[in-house]
Amino acid sequence: MISAVELSGVSKHFDDLVAVDDLTLDIGDGEFFSLLGPSGCGKTTTLRMIAGFEFPTMGSLRIHGEEMGLLPPNKRPVNTVFQSYALFPHMTIEQNVGFGLLMQKVGGSEISERVARALDMVQLSHRAEARPDQLSGGQRQRIALARALVNEPEVLLLDEPLGALDLKLRQSMQIELKDLQHRVGITFIYVTHDQQEALTMSDRIGVMKDGKLLQVDDPQALYEHPKSRFVADFIGEINLVRAKVVDGATIELVGGTMVRATTGLSSGLDVNIAIRPERLSLNELGEAPDGRNSIEGTVVRRVYHGDFFFYEFDTPAGVLEIKEENRPSLPRYDEGSRLVASWSPDATTVVQD
Amino acid sequence: MSQGTLTTARAEGALASLSWLVFAFLYAPIVVLAVLSFNENNNVGIWTNFSFKWYGEMFQNAAVMNALKNSLIVAVVSTSVSTVLGTATAVALERFRFRGQRVYDGLVYLPIIIPDVTMAVMMLLFFAQAFRMISGLGPHLNFGLSTISLSHIAFSISFVAVVVRAKLGQLDPALDEAAADLYAGRWMAFRKVTLPLIAPAVAGGALLALTISLDDVVVTSFVAGPGSTTLPVYVFGLVRRGVTPLINAVSVVMLTASMVLVAISLVFQRDRGAKTSTAEE
Repeated sequence: MISAVELSGVSKHFDDLVAVDDLTLDIGDGEFFSLLGPSGCGKTTTLRMIAGFEFPTMGSLRIHGEEMGLLPPNKRPVNTVFQSYALFPHMTIEQNVGFGLLMQKVGGSEISERVARALDMVQLSHRAEARPDQLSGGQRQRIALARALVNEPEVLLLDEPLGALDLKLRQSMQIELKDLQHRVGITFIYVTHDQQEALTMSDRIGVMKDGKLLQVDDPQALYEHPKSRFVADFIGEINLVRAKVVDGATIELVGGTMVRATTGLSSGLDVNIAIRPERLSLNELGEAPDGRNSIEGTVVRRVYHGDFFFYEFDTPAGVLEIKEENRPSLPRYDEGSRLVASWSPDATTVVQD
Repeated sequence: MSQGTLTTARAEGALASLSWLVFAFLYAPIVVLAVLSFNENNNVGIWTNFSFKWYGEMFQNAAVMNALKNSLIVAVVSTSVSTVLGTATAVALERFRFRGQRVYDGLVYLPIIIPDVTMAVMMLLFFAQAFRMISGLGPHLNFGLSTISLSHIAFSISFVAVVVRAKLGQLDPALDEAAADLYAGRWMAFRKVTLPLIAPAVAGGALLALTISLDDVVVTSFVAGPGSTTLPVYVFGLVRRGVTPLINAVSVVMLTASMVLVAISLVFQRDRGAKTSTAEE
């Protein structure tokens, strides 16, 4: 596989602040790759280094095998969709989209042809004469996309491009973006702090924290098998319980409950076990299905969410959050009930701090 | 009518009369000045007949015309140079990082704060010293329109820089980056994106520089040489020899000229606004 973007040992220091710390990453050609993390984790700095707005303090950055070094943004085969869109307010939509081609000294007739095609692709041909401030947020977003894609870059960089849109529009744009990426076949590098967005769109996700890349995996692996407490906690909702390894197949939770889990870790090690709320189920005392890990406790709160019930379940290992589907066949439990919560050993992820 | 609206009505009435008072305070002297410029009498204070006599005299007065010419030369030269340098200063301070920037940032606005007289003495001493040093090398330089222009440039840069920088600060820095991302080099990014967006501020700064230059008496009178008197300095000199309606006439012409300048800038701005709103349909 050819790498579209290759970072090896890349660090970026701003005076005393280490924004990106020894980052090594290969992004494949045609991949939809997301950099995910809380604000200040270095994901945007990483994107800006690929674009050429910042230069690495250390390390090497290649695009399609070519070392970027101190090459300025206008000499790199990438284009960016900015968080603020950064459409030129004094130009029409047509001029905005054609700007990159004009700067590359593409001929006039080819410019109008390609601009027309790009506008058609984002379904905004009828707004060619408008100015950016006459468009809605979603339309501006699509123009920003068209303005970048019209240049047929090898890599498209997107910096939280859906951040300014409302939820409904964001969801439909997620689908549109993913579709578009399939059609144009360009590598997308997508920066976001929204884990839902990253999960639904990406081929692979890199989770960052404090300038470090913690885990790179496909969405499912990331959700089902987080490798650290931070990743487990950051992606989706999860119950994290402090525990100690007893032997290769057994773990003792805080509060003394023994559970089964394959760890391969040495005895006596302090770990956390992570269980997704939807993987836990509630049963009457003594009715927990065989072969499952279980823990007894009391329902302290029940919240109706429409498609599911959300329980807070107090156990010796702490309060667990449990999601039970709202199906007529399933019983609903009242607050104060003594019950047993159970989960499959497979759903017991062991993570270290 | 309720108590509340009655109080509001009274407050509005008070505000209205207050604003008329302010108008009177601001404009009554101008009206007096303008009316007396049409007075035929040699003595400003005594009204005799309506006449254009003093305007005619003004245009035939070689000294006035020469001063006007000097003023215009200085204004045009100092405005053009300080607009370019001031805009460059604003861009450098707002968009680049360089060694010594903080000190420069603090010092560049000094001419706005320094009293005119201090600025004038500074300039006078500077030129005197510089000319002495240069004359040691051969060429003999003197005070004149060039020293006046240089002095005006020196303080106008700050005003232009302040106005342009305020506008630059409002621009999304991502616009510059977007231009670079879309294959524009630094110069093209400035010409195609930054400059059109700050153009109103650059024009505003230039207008400010023009007004200040046309207006300046203190600095100019210190650094002027023989025969390089500007209009405001000439008027100031006339006043010391006794006020005649000629001064009124000159002042009215200057006033009219600055009003025309302001009107031009307003029309220019409204024009841009109109263009944007037609595009909206």
